Amino acid sequence: MPSALYAFEPTGRRAGNRVGAARRSWSVRHARLLEFLYCRFERVLIASGLVLRWIGFDRLEAPVASIERAVKGALFDCRMCGQCILSSTGMSCPMNCPKGLRNGPCGGVRPDGRCEIDAEMPCVWVMAWEGSLRMRCGDRIRQPQIPIDHRLKERSSWLAVSRGEHALDGGESGS
Amino acid sequence: MNQPQADVARHLDAAQFEAGQVSAGRLEHVLRRGEFAVTAELDPPDSADPKDVFDRATLFGSAVDAINATDGSGANCHMSSVAMCALLIRAGYEPILQISCRDYNRIAIQGNVLGAAAMGVSNVLCLTGDGVQAGDHPEAKPVFDLDSVSLLGAIKRMRDERMFLSGRKITSPPRLFLGAAENPFAPPFEFRPLRLAKKVAAGAQFVQTQFCFDVPMLRAFMERIRDLGIDQSCYILVGTGPLSSVRTARWMRRHVPGVHIPDSVIARLEGARDQRAEGRQLCIEIIQEVREIPGVAGVHVMAYRQTQFVPEIVHESGVLKGRAGGMHCPAIGASSD
Repeated sequence: MPSALYAFEPTGRRAGNRVGAARRSWSVRHARLLEFLYCRFERVLIASGLVLRWIGFDRLEAPVASIERAVKGALFDCRMCGQCILSSTGMSCPMNCPKGLRNGPCGGVRPDGRCEIDAEMPCVWVMAWEGSLRMRCGDRIRQPQIPIDHRLKERSSWLAVSRGEHALDGGESGS
Repeated sequence: MNQPQADVARHLDAAQFEAGQVSAGRLEHVLRRGEFAVTAELDPPDSADPKDVFDRATLFGSAVDAINATDGSGANCHMSSVAMCALLIRAGYEPILQISCRDYNRIAIQGNVLGAAAMGVSNVLCLTGDGVQAGDHPEAKPVFDLDSVSLLGAIKRMRDERMFLSGRKITSPPRLFLGAAENPFAPPFEFRPLRLAKKVAAGAQFVQTQFCFDVPMLRAFMERIRDLGIDQSCYILVGTGPLSSVRTARWMRRHVPGVHIPDSVIARLEGARDQRAEGRQLCIEIIQEVREIPGVAGVHVMAYRQTQFVPEIVHESGVLKGRAGGMHCPAIGASSD
């Protein structure tokens, strides 16, 4: 699948990502609305945990992951890391950072707020800070994030939430 | 964001900070004693000759408390930082092991940390690292398995909880003084102090900043740091260095990620008769100004290809107040081989 080419592993500079940057800019500007919608959606996910378990999480994994990829790809330029933390990063997907940083910007951000590695891309974390200022729970950006689990790549974060693997108000919470 | 400051203070491990010395090193000892500490960066050799490391370390004389062994700085390949640390310890110096997340995954990093501690390393500086495109191997695979914050957390866990990230036990934990980097001169400016708080919460006990050529900007940053109480939980060493010419200054501004050099500095160098001397004078003045800022615990001198001038700069700035840096403290001594 094409998204595998854009795996969240830091691959340095990625060409032809202008559309993605525009999507990310939109989602950061609407961080408050997206946060509100996600809070509702998260409750639905948790409430439907039992039903989903009855259907079978394994059976649901592939179709739900593809829906999630489509929806979050369109909204956030999502890289499907499988352990979404958008709620803690101002709705700016940190896996678009060429260094894959999940805890804040590196020291190389350019004076105009653009990326050290890709001079045409706004820094993911400059955007994350702007988004977090718009959000009700924006101070989640202060919580240290644990190292990424590379096994969860391409898996659904939504199903992980309904399985109870992400805390509702914890730093792990995502979208 | 205007969250109460107590919110951040909650994350800061003040109790642990005030407890006893975690490492056997000189740097931690000097800082805890309240002395103004001086660290400096060693230019790593592109050779397999240990003499190249010894010769460069000798240039620092008795002017520094600890020497940073850089880890592929600027994403260029040089002698490894662990090896440089081993050599520096052999010669009686106190090194700071730099670890950059760019080049290793968590398995390699934790193994290196144990090995370095076994050889007598007492200080580690946890870095994200410049992108590979900045160096001489832009075609290399960037790793970035951990980031600087999770790297700090991983080593803190090894030291304090005696276990790897996997949870497996470590029989004899590494006694390390943990450091982090911060760049007060890069956006997003309001987030930088909070990001530093995050690093301190993750385990950072000292911080070395990016080059400071803009003291008013640093003052504003430090004011916020003091508001958040971060200076009470970690020692802040401000990065400084002599600019050798206006050409170098312009080159650094353009090519070294995260370096901010104001136009006034460029103009001052341009107008000088001897640019090299003016660059050193500027560095001395910045050290003296920075020393007066509350919450600043020391300076970190980065004199790329100008190592021979470090003792002169440090001594003329007067920050050591007659005390000698250099060889590590015999009273502690445990970091010798």
